[in-house]
Amino acid sequence: MTEIESTVIESPVEELLALEESLFESEPMLDRLRSGIVYTETVVYAAPAEFVADAPYQLAIVELDGGGRLTGRIEGDRVEIGDAVRFGEYRNGVPFFRKA
Amino acid sequence: MRDVAIIGLGKTAFGSFADRDLRSLAVEAGLKSMDDAGVTPSQIEAFYLGNFAGPSFVGQNHLAPYIAGAMDITEVPCTRFEAACASSGSAFFHAVSAVGAGLYDVVLVGGVEKMTSQPTAKVSEILAGAGDMAGEGRAGATFAALFAMIARRHMYQYGTTREQMAAVAVKNHANGAKNPLAHMRKVITMETALHGKPISDPLTIYDCSLISDGAAAVVIAPLDRASEFTDRPVRILGVAQTSDQVALDQKDDITTFRAVKRAAEKAYEMAGVTARDIQFAEVHDCFTIAEIIAMEDLGFVKRGEGGPYVLAGHTCLNGERPVNTSGGLKAKGHPVGATGVGQLCDVAQQIRGEAGERQVERNSLGLAQNLGGSGATAVVTVLGRA
Repeated sequence: MTEIESTVIESPVEELLALEESLFESEPMLDRLRSGIVYTETVVYAAPAEFVADAPYQLAIVELDGGGRLTGRIEGDRVEIGDAVRFGEYRNGVPFFRKA
Repeated sequence: MRDVAIIGLGKTAFGSFADRDLRSLAVEAGLKSMDDAGVTPSQIEAFYLGNFAGPSFVGQNHLAPYIAGAMDITEVPCTRFEAACASSGSAFFHAVSAVGAGLYDVVLVGGVEKMTSQPTAKVSEILAGAGDMAGEGRAGATFAALFAMIARRHMYQYGTTREQMAAVAVKNHANGAKNPLAHMRKVITMETALHGKPISDPLTIYDCSLISDGAAAVVIAPLDRASEFTDRPVRILGVAQTSDQVALDQKDDITTFRAVKRAAEKAYEMAGVTARDIQFAEVHDCFTIAEIIAMEDLGFVKRGEGGPYVLAGHTCLNGERPVNTSGGLKAKGHPVGATGVGQLCDVAQQIRGEAGERQVERNSLGLAQNLGGSGATAVVTVLGRA
């Protein structure tokens, strides 16, 4: 009988960070993984119970320069569609971006 | 597949009912629909129930036999379907498939949600569970936030305006004011709609559907047996359910719901009609932008033309193609699990000529479009005169 390993589906950012540590050492490649363009955004005023203390906060779907899209929070200046953003850090499973 | 008809319909009022529990609402709608069809509970061969989050909202599981038992329906298959806001649309699709295939003759399809027992922030959290909780949900996206991001992108790509979205709210409130079973029977002005409390930019409170309690039910049977029960059967000409990615960031283009487009194509094909033939529709306006996109995805207008179409008044009660004559989710209310079957009741009521003040003149071919989540489930149904 084959043993099936249990797998957890990680978010793309977790995968990217893992990749970053294991494979990519060159700066240009890291930049492509860490930067992107705002595909769409919103500022949330009416938050779900868990995040009421954070409101208002900005959410965006970011089109990463290296391909793929991610939903994350925007810190600092508000962004608009088309703005360039940079990945900052990953908190409680959520990617945080800043205007580049 | 055999032709299938709606032979009875029943709805509760939609609203905020502190003294009503989930089961009593579902039972009221179910009994009304059986009474309307002239069938007794012992004639029901299966019960298909749509409910999104009864366990989270009211702590009750095993809902289908729980509700059926209270109507004296026992010893038959009773099953709950969950597909977010398309839960009862999905229950209906599967029920029609079973009757069409010859598994049963007389089947009850219900939908129910009891939402107002929870505070709004908790409701938002429960509803967010219809999205991808590992991604967008964890980042703090409510459903309003997801549709706000859809709206932003639609505005960016097509020049859709706040005024066009507000026009949907103004129209649906005007229709809801004429519907005795609507949650909010209040006419609003364009000025009011444009200056509501911000919920998630660019959406304000007037772009969002209501948090409601309510239930709806229909009884279906093979068309060739319909006359045994009713002289007002409504024929189910086409019905289709389709799916797409749950997470918004996994969709190539968020300004269209490809599940809706595909479901509409399939339903039109089954019915032998085109979008142009549809005379009136109940569409899933969970947010005003969703009604604008529905106009495009259902093929009533081209991509990007939904906003100008609604602002021009073409979808008003006296327009060329009335949309959401019930008041829609915006004014009639949106008890999510009840919405799909509720829409079917509204379309069937128009076809039977029983919509009162809201009655449309061209009423022989109508459509219902039910959307789950941010487009991961879609159900489109074409109904017509038998």
